[in-house]
Amino acid sequence: MPELTLEGMRVTARPGTTVLAALQNAGLSPLRFSLGGESRGALCGMGSCAECRAVVDGLTVRTCLTPVRDGQDVRRLLEVSRED
Amino acid sequence: MKTDLWDAVVVGAGPAGLMSALTTAQGGLGVLLLDAQPGPGGQIWRGAAAGQKGAAGELLRAVATHPAITVLGGAEVIAAEAGGRTHTLTVTSAAGLRQIHASRIILATGATERFLPFDGWTLPGVVGAGGLQAMSKGGLDVRGRRVVVAGSGPLLLAVAAGLRHKGARVLAVAEQAGLPAVAAFGVAAARLPGKSREALALAAGLLGVPYWAGCAVVRASGQHGLQSVTLRRGRREVTLDCDYLAVGFGLVPDTRVAALLGCPLDGAGAVHVNAWQATGVSGVYAAGEVCGIGGVDGALLEGFVAGCAAGGQIERLHDAPRRAGLQRRFQATLERSFALRPAQLPTPSPRTIVCRCEDVRHGELRGFTDWTAAKLQTRCGMGACQGRVCGPATETLYGWHFGGVRAPLLPLPLAQLLDEPTTLSPP
Ligand SMILES: Cc1cc2nc3c(=O)[nH]c(=O)nc-3n(C[C@H](O)[C@H](O)[C@H](O)COP(=O)(O)OP(=O)(O)OC[C@H]3O[C@@H](n4cnc5c(N)ncnc54)[C@H](O)[C@@H]3O)c2cc1C
Ligand code: FES
Repeated sequence: MPELTLEGMRVTARPGTTVLAALQNAGLSPLRFSLGGESRGALCGMGSCAECRAVVDGLTVRTCLTPVRDGQDVRRLLEVSRED
Repeated sequence: MKTDLWDAVVVGAGPAGLMSALTTAQGGLGVLLLDAQPGPGGQIWRGAAAGQKGAAGELLRAVATHPAITVLGGAEVIAAEAGGRTHTLTVTSAAGLRQIHASRIILATGATERFLPFDGWTLPGVVGAGGLQAMSKGGLDVRGRRVVVAGSGPLLLAVAAGLRHKGARVLAVAEQAGLPAVAAFGVAAARLPGKSREALALAAGLLGVPYWAGCAVVRASGQHGLQSVTLRRGRREVTLDCDYLAVGFGLVPDTRVAALLGCPLDGAGAVHVNAWQATGVSGVYAAGEVCGIGGVDGALLEGFVAGCAAGGQIERLHDAPRRAGLQRRFQATLERSFALRPAQLPTPSPRTIVCRCEDVRHGELRGFTDWTAAKLQTRCGMGACQGRVCGPATETLYGWHFGGVRAPLLPLPLAQLLDEPTTLSPP
C-alpha cells in the first residue's frame, strides 16, 4: 500500500484512491482558506471547482484528480493568497 | 513538446467516449482516447475495473485490449483549434504539454453538476451530490457518516443508494421537483428496456430513506464545517444534523472544448448534433451528455453512432433511429420532470458568496445585467475554476449567459507554458 506524508504525518492509503480521499480520511479540514479567509473543502470531486487544490511534491494540483503514490509529500494551501 | 497525428481522437473516457473509441477502432482507424481523470470510466463508472462483471467491465476490457486504441489518462485538453482537414488539441499531463492532430475528433466530455448558492454552501462538508459519490468512489470513507442528499434530478437517487451501499447513513433525499412530476418520470423510465429493473434495484437500496419531493434547501449551518442543514417542506422548516450535505441541481453539458473548436450549441446549451452525431464543424462529432443530459444508456447509444459515423460504418446503424427516438422521448420527460422551479430553489442573501474562487457575494452581483460587466467590476468567474461553478449558478440566478470560455481552459504551471508558448491562442 502506498505510504504518503500529509503535513508531516505518515499515512497509508489504498492504491487507486485519490490524494483528496487521503486528506479527508485523515480528518484534515479545512483543505484551504478562501481569499476572504473562509474555511473551504472539496466540492465537485471531479476536477471542475478547484476547491481541493493542495501542494503535492511541490506542485499545486487538484487533489481529486491526483492518485496516491508511494512517497508523496502533501501540504495544504493554508495561507490566504492568490496562488495562481 | 511531442507532436502526434491520429486518425481519430476521443476526448472523455466515460461511457460515450469508451463506446465511440471502440466503434471507431472497429472501423479500422487508429484512436487516441484521453481523459483528465487518471483512469477511464467517466462519472458513472469511476474506478470500475476492466473485466469486472457487467457492461462497464466488458466495455473497459474491450477498449483496453483493442490493438488500435491508445488510452491516455491524466491528460486534459486545455486548448483546441479546428482546421480545414486536421484539428489540433493541446493537452496537459504530468509529462508536460503535448500537441495532438487528428482529422476526426469525438467530443465525449460529459457534464458537470449545477451548484446553486445559499447561506452556508461554502462550508467544508457541503459537497456536490455526484461530487460526494465521486469522492466515495475515490476512496473517501463514508461509513457511519450522516448524509442529506438534496437538489434535483434522478442522480440524487443513484447517489443516495451508492452512499448507503458504502455504509453511509442517508437521512433524507430532498428533491425540488413536485411529486406528480417525479412520478411522471418514473412511469416514463419504466417503459424503457432495462430501466424498470434498474429502478427496482434503486428502490430496494433506498428502503427506509425518506424521499421528500417539493422540498427546498434553505441553509447550511456550522462554524468551520457543516453541522446541520435546514430544509423547507411545504410551510415547515426541518433542520437535520449531518456530516455531509450532498447537493446538486441537475447536470450541465461540459461544452468548453466544443466551444474552443467553434461547435454551435443548441438552445439548451448542449452541443448541437445531427442524426450522425456530427457537430457543425466538419470532422468533429459529439456524443453523450455533452449533447444533452440523458444518462448512461443514451451516452452509449450516441457513442456508438458517433463511432460508426467517424469510422465510416453506416451499415451498422440500421436500428439506431428507433433507439434514438426512444432515448429522445426519455430525455424530454427527464427535462420536464426535473425542470428547476424558482420557488423551490435556494435563495441567496446579499452576503451569500456566489463566486467561490474570488469570494464575490450575491449583493455585489445582482445589480449587473450580464456576465461581462460583472466580471470586469468584480472578478466573478476569473478565478481558478474559470467560471465552471459560478457560470451555471449565475445563469439560473440572474439569467446571464456565461461567455468566458477561452484557452487555456485552466491555469497552467508556468514551466509548461514556457516550454512552448506559441501553441496557445491569445486570451
Ligand atoms: C460528479 C458526477 C457523478 C455522477 N455519478 C453518477 C452515478 O453514480 N450514477 C449514475 O447513473 N450517473 C452518474 N452521473 C451521471 C453521468 O454523468 C452519466 O450517467 C454518464 O456517465 C454520462 O456519460 P458520458 O460519457 O456522456 O460522460 P462522463 O461519464 O461525464 O465522461 C466525460 C469524461 O470527459 C472527461 N473530460 C471532460 N473535459 C475534458 C477535457 N477538457 N480533457 C480531458 N477529459 C475531459 C471527464 O474527465 C470525464 O471523465 C454522474 C455525473 C456527475 C457529473
Ligand atoms: S473537488 Fe472540485 S476540483 Fe477537486
